[in-house]
This record gives sequence, C-alpha cells and structure tokens, in this order.
Amino acid sequence: MDQFTLNLLVVGATFVLYIGIAIWARAGSTAEFYAAGRGVHPVLNGMATGADWMSAASFISMAGIIAFSGYDASTYLMGWTGGYVLLAMLLAPYLRKFGKFTVPEFIGDRFYSQTARTVAVICLIIASITYVIGQMTGVGVAFSRFLEVDNTTGLFIGAAIVFLYAVLGGMKGITYTQVAQYVVLIIAYTIPAIFISLQLTGNPIPALGLFSNDVNTGMPILSTLNDTVEALGFKSYTGMHDTTLNMFLFTMTLMIGTAGLPHVIVRFFTVPTVADARSSAGWALVFISLLYLTAPAVGAMARLNLINTFYPNGVSQPAVELSQIQTAPQDLWVRNWEKTGLLKIEDKNGDGMIEYNANPDTNELDVNRDIITLANPEIANLPGWVIALVAAGGLAAALSTAAGLLMAISSAVSHDLIKSQINPGISEKGELLAARISMGVAIAVATYLGLNPPGFAAQTVALAFGLAASSIFPALMMGIFSKKINNSGAVAGMLVGLTTTLVYIFLHKGWFFVADTASFSDANPMILSIKSTSFGVIGAVLNFATAFIVSGMTKETPQDIQELVESIRIPKGAGAATDH
Amino acid sequence: MADKSSSNAYWKANIRTIQLFLVIWFVVSFGFGILLRPMLAGIKIGGTDLGFWFAQQGAVLVFLVLIFTYAWRMNKLDREHGVEE
Repeated sequence: MDQFTLNLLVVGATFVLYIGIAIWARAGSTAEFYAAGRGVHPVLNGMATGADWMSAASFISMAGIIAFSGYDASTYLMGWTGGYVLLAMLLAPYLRKFGKFTVPEFIGDRFYSQTARTVAVICLIIASITYVIGQMTGVGVAFSRFLEVDNTTGLFIGAAIVFLYAVLGGMKGITYTQVAQYVVLIIAYTIPAIFISLQLTGNPIPALGLFSNDVNTGMPILSTLNDTVEALGFKSYTGMHDTTLNMFLFTMTLMIGTAGLPHVIVRFFTVPTVADARSSAGWALVFISLLYLTAPAVGAMARLNLINTFYPNGVSQPAVELSQIQTAPQDLWVRNWEKTGLLKIEDKNGDGMIEYNANPDTNELDVNRDIITLANPEIANLPGWVIALVAAGGLAAALSTAAGLLMAISSAVSHDLIKSQINPGISEKGELLAARISMGVAIAVATYLGLNPPGFAAQTVALAFGLAASSIFPALMMGIFSKKINNSGAVAGMLVGLTTTLVYIFLHKGWFFVADTASFSDANPMILSIKSTSFGVIGAVLNFATAFIVSGMTKETPQDIQELVESIRIPKGAGAATDH
Repeated sequence: MADKSSSNAYWKANIRTIQLFLVIWFVVSFGFGILLRPMLAGIKIGGTDLGFWFAQQGAVLVFLVLIFTYAWRMNKLDREHGVEE
C-alpha cells in the first residue's frame, strides 16, 4: 500500500471516530451546547483541556521553531505550561464558584456593566480569531502534505472540514470527542519521538535522550548538535541569542495569555466542584506536559536528522548530490514536501550539490519550520503507518483547538451579545442558529487571513496570547482579587490593554496582518528589543494601571458587588451553574 | 454561609499560599531558566547546563508539583475553615 492511501485510511479512521462520538453525544439544549452539563470528571476534563490547548501551534509548529532556535525557543515551553499554575491558583476555582457559562458573563456581572461585557466580547473575538488564523496555517500544512496538494488548496479543504466539524456538535460533543483527539495526538507525537530517540541515543524516553550521548559520536547529543550547526555557520543550539528582556517578556506574555484565553477558561466551568477546578488544571498540565517534555527532543533530533539528509557523510564532507535527492528512496520526503511548496531546493551555483548553511547567498535549502514535526518521521525513515499517524495527530490537534475557539466565539456572539443585549426574546433555536452563523463567519475571516499568515503557526498563536494577556487576564484577576476596581476602571483598563497591544502588533505585522503596511519588524522592533509577540505583558501592566487610576477617580463599587466578590472567594455554596 | 471573620482568615491564608507558590513558579522558570542561567552555567548536564534543562524540562515538572500541592493544601484549608462544599 502506498503512503498516500495509508494516510487517507488512518486520517479517515480517526475522523469517523470523532464524528461518531460527536453525533452520539450531540448537544440537545443550549445549556449542553455551551457547558456540557457539568458532569465531566477532572481527569477526562484534563484530557479534553489538553486537546483543546495543544493546537497546531504545539503539535505541528513548536518543535520546528525549537529545532531552528534551540534554547531561545524555551520561551514557548515555559510560557505555554506555566500559565496553568496561574489558572489553578488565580482564576479557575473562583470562576467555577461564580458558576456562569462564559467569560464575558463574569466580567459583565462583576463589573455590573453591559459595556464591560461587550468590551470583553470584543477582546475575546479578536484574540480567538487571531488564534484560529494560526490553526488554519497548521491545517493547511497538514492537509497539503497528506493529500499531496499545494498549501492553499490544503488550507481551503481544511477550512471546510473545520466548519462541518465545529457546527455538528456543541461543547458536550466536543468534550468526549476531544478526549479521543487527545489520545490520538499524544500517541502520534510520542511514537515517532521514541523511535528517533532510540535511533540516535538508545534511550527510549525522548526527554532523557535529549541529554544522553549520541550513539554515533559518543558525545552528548546536544554537543554534537552544537558542533554541527556551528560548522555550517549557524548560531549554537544551546546558547542564548535573543535578549534577556525579550525572552522574559515573551515567556510572561504566553503565561498570562494562557490564563486569559476564553476557550481554556470555559473548561473549568464544566467541572462539578471548586476543588475539581483546582485539580483539573493540574490534570490538564499532566497531559499537556507529555507533549511539552517531548517537544525539545523532537526539535533537536529533527534538526540533526535534517542536516544529515543534506550532509550524509558529515558536515566536513561535501553536501548531498542533487541527483541523489531527486531519486534516492531515503530522500523521498524532500520530493514529497517540495510538492507543497513549503520546502524548496535550488542548486544556485550549479555544482550539482545542495548546500545547507547560514549564508543566504550560498544556502540552497529553504525549509518552512511548520513542516518539521510532520516531516520528522519521514526524515528518520520511520515506517509508513507512523507517518500516517502523525498526519492524523496534527489534524486532531488543529481541529480540536479550532473547534474549541469557534465555540468560544459563537457563544460570545449568540449568548453575550445577541441574547443578553440585542434581542433578549430570541428563541433557543434562533440562538443556536446565530451561534452557527458566527462560527461560519469566523472561519471565513480566519481562512482569508490564513492565506498570508503573519508568521509560522506558533508565532501567530503567540500573538493571540498577547491579546488575551493584555485584555482578559487583568480584568478577571482584578475582578476576583480587588473589590476596588469598578465598572469604569475595568472597561478603561481592557480598552487600553487591548488597543496598545493590537496597535503594537499591527505596527510590526502590518495593519490587519497585511504585511506591507508594517512600519517596524520584529528584527528591528519599535521599543528596545521587544518583539510584537512579547508586548502582551506590557499591555497587561497598562491595563492594571489604568483600571486602578480610573477606579480611584470614579464611584465606589456597590455593596452587593463587594458581597459577590466575597462569595466567589470561598468554595462553599457552589451550586450548579445558572443561566441568565 | 461561613461567618465573616472565618472567611477573611481563609482568604488571607489562601493569599499567603499563592504568594509562596508564585515565588517558586517564578524562580524555576524566569530565574533558573532565563535570568540566573549564566550563574548556573558551571553545572553541566548532558552537553549543556542546568539552566537549559530547567528552561526545557525542569520548570514544567515543578509546575506540575506546584498545582497538585496547591490543590491538596487548599482542600485542607477549605475543611479547616469550614468553607468546603
């Protein structure tokens, strides 16, 4: 059986599984559509959160960025896990006690203001759509490879499937489907990593293999990697080449963005008790860390294998012959990925060899970082079923997160905007219809912008974290930990945080991500060494400061709201969630 | 509903716990992983140094311990102050 048929079979089988579960658990009422009736066990909820959380950015994109940036990319690893500590201690238990369905509902009630609720909806939509653009980039990469079409066609096919999939079920369908998706994606991620770690180091655990000796050189694998990349003129793998300032701010932005992303927070509305909300965050991180502890090994080992493809006899020997790349069975992966347009080789100097090095004038290989994880098993010549499994895993990751985000967007529009403000008399049926229409619009916008994405999948997603970090996280935190912050303070804070961050991003990535309207670049940022992906935490600080100043100058928080804050701080009396 | 002084004491104990845990959270990631890495450079591990290990492995492991310890400690505090569900 050829690889193409095998890919179709494995990916097809996983899709049948997800859709089957979605139909079996189809949402009946609006309450089920949004929050799955609250019967979800913390461990299962942790797995579903893991699937929700680990998107195309984590699965498809992150290891590729680590492969090329080495230590500097540690920001993604710490940033996308450390946020769970904040969630568990600062947000999840109190939001569960509050007991409503959506993040804007909490902000609207706590700050006793429809305006606050509307502003929260806007923040949520902007952050979520940016996030979906990143997913679409990843979906495009995955579909283009396994259907053997160009990247744009892959993106359109992916968008159509995401739409069908998200519209089919509500949260309940999604919760159980996502448990299945977690299982598929974690198996797909770890199996090739174990194979490759065994090949290179003899250690079956990739996280330990990364710090073990290379079986060929007898030196630690990271030393081999450092020597290899430096011989080609690249910067060392384990050294710090970013600035300390940017690394610090970027990690912090990803952490507080994690705790401010609506599709993750709503997961904690669906556990039975406040105590479960705390441990759910821990279970989520357990399942997430299985991938995150493996990713650094995947990145480092993929980089070594990639270099070995082009320097089969070592970097001190001549590079691979072009004729070999075009015919040899072990280089089939290069030819396969050339079809997607995401990998390009060009014999610039016509010497019949393909050189790979750090000099843009003589380098003859251009690799999109987003292909590394998917191409990894092919580069290492692993069996066909492993390659098919990784394609299925990548799609599971992208689909599950896109679906979770689209749920968050559609519930914000139908529940927080239309039902509570524009047309309170809307029927349940009308509300569900509005939810589905808003999903369709969000996918269309994200697909259009995904054609020319502002960065690799993980970088685009990082921008979404900055937006959530600057707007939603501070509002939630102040709502719980300070009784002083009032309606005007919260609204002003969110607006300042969101606007400054959005403008900073647009100045670097182009207005509405149209690249040629950018005034600065991340290589030469506007302020010090702060890249657009790292600005979120500064937006958050401005948000906090504005909220405190404005609250100090305006009318005090009413007594009943102060009592509300007191009540969400203690677990006692957390009943089932109530609708408006 | 628990009485006011009891829930105040509970909240203060919670805040103290959070502060302590956030210090650890900060030290293992931003500290060992980024800011203090040059100072830990002397401690070698598998071709690199301890700071690299914390940045790519250690911090995540400590985060896990932190969350479950917090959950366990808070369940105990909930009962001590009579505010459990």
